[in-house]
Amino acid sequence: MSELSRLTIAEARDRLAAREITAVELTEACLAQIEAADALGAFVHKTPEIALERARAADARIAAGEAKPMTGIPVGIKDLFCTKGVPSQAASRILEGFRPEYESTVSQQLADAGAVMLGKLNMDEFAMGSSNETSVYGNAVNPWRRGNDETALTPGGSSGGSASAVAADLCLAATGTDTGGSIRQPAAFTGIVGLKPTYGRCSRWGIVAFASSLDQAGPMTKTVRDAAIMGAAMMGHDPKDSTSADLAVPDFEAMLTGDIRGKVIGIPKEYRMDGMPSEIEALWQQGAEMLRDAGAELRDISLPHTKYALPAYYVIAPAEASSNLARYDGVRFGHRAKLAQGDGITEMYEKTRAEGFGPEVQRRVMIGTYVLSAGFYDAYYNRARKVRALIKKDFDDVFAAGVDAILTPATPSAAFGLGEMAEADPVQMYLNDVFTVTVNLAGLPGISVPAGLDAQGLPLGLQLIGRPWDEGDLLNTAYALEQAAGFVAKPARWW
Amino acid sequence: MLDLTYPAPKPKVIAGAKHDWELVIGLEVHAQVATKAKLFSGASTRFGAEPNSNVAFVDAGMPGMLPVINEGCVAQAVRTGLGLKAQIHLTSAFDRKNYFYPDLPQGYQISQLYHPIVGEGEVLVEMGDGTARVVRIERIHLEQDAGKSIHDMDPHMSFVDLNRTGVALMEIVSRPDIRGPEEAAAYVAKLRLIMLYLGTCDGNMQNGNLRADVNVSVCRPGAYERYQETGDFSHLGTRCEIKNMNSLRFIQAAIEHEARRQIAILEDGGSVVQETRLYDPDKGETRSMRSKEEAHDYRYFPDPDLLPLEIEQAWVDDIAAHLPELPDAKKARFLGDYGLSDYDASVLTADLDAAHYFEAVVAEAGDGKLAANWVINELFGRLKKEDHAIADSPVSPAQLGGIIRLIKAGDISGKIAKDLFEIVYTEGGDPARIVEARGLKQVTDTGAIEAAVDEIIAANPAQVEKAKANPKLAGWFVGQVMKATGGKANPAVVNQLVSAKLGL
Repeated sequence: MSELSRLTIAEARDRLAAREITAVELTEACLAQIEAADALGAFVHKTPEIALERARAADARIAAGEAKPMTGIPVGIKDLFCTKGVPSQAASRILEGFRPEYESTVSQQLADAGAVMLGKLNMDEFAMGSSNETSVYGNAVNPWRRGNDETALTPGGSSGGSASAVAADLCLAATGTDTGGSIRQPAAFTGIVGLKPTYGRCSRWGIVAFASSLDQAGPMTKTVRDAAIMGAAMMGHDPKDSTSADLAVPDFEAMLTGDIRGKVIGIPKEYRMDGMPSEIEALWQQGAEMLRDAGAELRDISLPHTKYALPAYYVIAPAEASSNLARYDGVRFGHRAKLAQGDGITEMYEKTRAEGFGPEVQRRVMIGTYVLSAGFYDAYYNRARKVRALIKKDFDDVFAAGVDAILTPATPSAAFGLGEMAEADPVQMYLNDVFTVTVNLAGLPGISVPAGLDAQGLPLGLQLIGRPWDEGDLLNTAYALEQAAGFVAKPARWW
Repeated sequence: MLDLTYPAPKPKVIAGAKHDWELVIGLEVHAQVATKAKLFSGASTRFGAEPNSNVAFVDAGMPGMLPVINEGCVAQAVRTGLGLKAQIHLTSAFDRKNYFYPDLPQGYQISQLYHPIVGEGEVLVEMGDGTARVVRIERIHLEQDAGKSIHDMDPHMSFVDLNRTGVALMEIVSRPDIRGPEEAAAYVAKLRLIMLYLGTCDGNMQNGNLRADVNVSVCRPGAYERYQETGDFSHLGTRCEIKNMNSLRFIQAAIEHEARRQIAILEDGGSVVQETRLYDPDKGETRSMRSKEEAHDYRYFPDPDLLPLEIEQAWVDDIAAHLPELPDAKKARFLGDYGLSDYDASVLTADLDAAHYFEAVVAEAGDGKLAANWVINELFGRLKKEDHAIADSPVSPAQLGGIIRLIKAGDISGKIAKDLFEIVYTEGGDPARIVEARGLKQVTDTGAIEAAVDEIIAANPAQVEKAKANPKLAGWFVGQVMKATGGKANPAVVNQLVSAKLGL
């Protein structure tokens, strides 16, 4: 039974369709794994009753011949998604006790497709972080270890719980969100696939906002095929989100031919960073060669404004966050501080927000407030917006010149130890996003594919960046890379 | 059609202790958009509902909720812009104005700072004395209203009602073209009238659906003209903003008071501090709300939840093609087509119901001037007695038109017409039938009148002698004849016969 949770979405779908297994069996297998995996800290709210109810409904649907590709597939949902009647607190104390009266569009679409929600997954508070260490629940842990070294490693962030759960086979797949790399970096740290779709592909309605112009939901899966299947179920136009694109979602899975002959893969010179581990440099090289061997043409390209991406990102994202997080004031929902006699509304705001937000969130709210304030707006926010436009133009130019996809490392390192960055300058943590933020700033689709292990046995990922709205082509290139890399390693179970 | 052109009114001059001062005024009028749903949610905008019953999740600032623009509100803003002869911006954008307050659940108000939907326009503000000010509109933008904080329900707690949260407002910003308290009130009244014609705001000031922030400064005579020549605001005085006034009377009183306060400071050798003030109608004074130093830093930035608002010229053209006739055009037409006086045309167009009523009477009676007289003098007067609105008039336009038709046909005299009006007003009925049934018809039969004249002449020989000596006394005979015929004799015919019989 325990083997069932190791299945991919595609395998499970086929076995469900063949009536070899039931959705209830599959779900029970996952629930058993989750119960045994508290040490990973991945699931922060478990919903076994909902899961079994949906599994039974899925079995009935399959029996009736009305199954869709996600029907009966047990998945985890990042805590950032509002799920009706189920705690949804963005891993923050300030949303303590918050059970929304509504279901996010993405999780609703998955439910409508028959997917089974197992529970809510750990993350960095308000999706702000790259190590899952800012969570009010305590951090999720990476199922991978450095050989026999028992040091607990980060699963990455902010979708750390999602990555940990998928990598440890607690579920078949999970939802993530990606504002600056929060799907792709944890996917790379845990040896799984993470797709950030084009901005506007997945509805943001019902997802707790971090930085609205950058946030995008996406699937975190064991294979590229699974990302294609689950991604298609998550995407689609939503009139409730004004930034959602009114475009048809193609059958991505049908586009996975593995044939990338004649495709042009850009290798951007600006992503060759000083001090980058040689293993990552080598992996990047190998990945490029694999794609060339599969028939693609490699082309050296330049994305000249790359070096300004991280600073621009750390102006724009906190600016939007400072405004998005203003609603957490203790007036209507979530945490409200106990007030002293004579305290007024200002004290209520100050105490509630001081208690409710962790240090990283407070830091970003303050940075954001500062860069938007009178006298600094032009120097920071407006300049960052201009940089953002230039970064987007860099990509536009490259795609216009015939490049189909861009290959880069996903992260500048393998997973690091939990607590290792505790004393470091916050900027050290922000550097984790160096290869991924450009994609968010330009609104492009990006995917992280596990491509190898480092000398300590930790997974490393490569990132492919595609043309806007062309996730199908991007997934096919990722599929070719996945086939060539042949990454099949699994973490040794210690939990 | 006539073009309405008037000389500009003289600026109001206030005599200080030392010298004369003039006022410079600009207004920001907040008009609630007349729509069923809020600016970014489907929640109802109905006034007077149970507290917190018209609240969508997005209005309450719930996590993950997103705004979606209500096209109806955009159309109303465009309509208003067109009504103010303003430029319509095909691309506009929404910004967030950030501040904390319990009745602002999102922690920001969605507004349009950088790219408003409507640009420059103008309003003709008639002063009723043959002068009018052309006030330039700087911009109109769409924004969300806030909710309501209630502090007087409980000694220890405040309550919040979010029904109004997110309701669409148009902020109409004028240039500092207004030169006196009366002009300011007349400007707001004219904006209100235009929006009532357009159907874009219900104009209910009591409910707060139309309210104004007023910027007031004072300067020495001549300074304003130098500002006009150069565009340099430094010629003008430091302004104070009086917030949130919802009565024309308060607007006038507050400006008057505020100007005198500033003059007193300046003549004392002090300087006016730029600040936001509140008007206290009970005490009849303004008091400081917050100074420039305490002013909020709203940290405006483009709302990332909303794409720029793009509208098409064809859509704007379609709205323009379906605009109703506006007050100025209607007034010009009343002047031109019906030959009304400026005063009558103003009175009749100052209320859309009155204008419609008047035109319905004209359609029935075919005489604009007479119809205007009757509507303004008789009908309005009578309605006012009982505090009726024109919409509740017991006399329909068809009935009043019928009365006027009877006058014009010579069937009844003016005096009888007034009696008839009273009958129709109180009892109802078809005027022509009433005249028939009650024998009110004017006697134009010369034979009948002649008999009456002969009888009175025969009975009053002494009066005949006097009248022959002094023809002015013939009026006595006319009066006697009218009396004898119960007022129904055609006065012209009586006059003529009396003169003839007396040999005058």
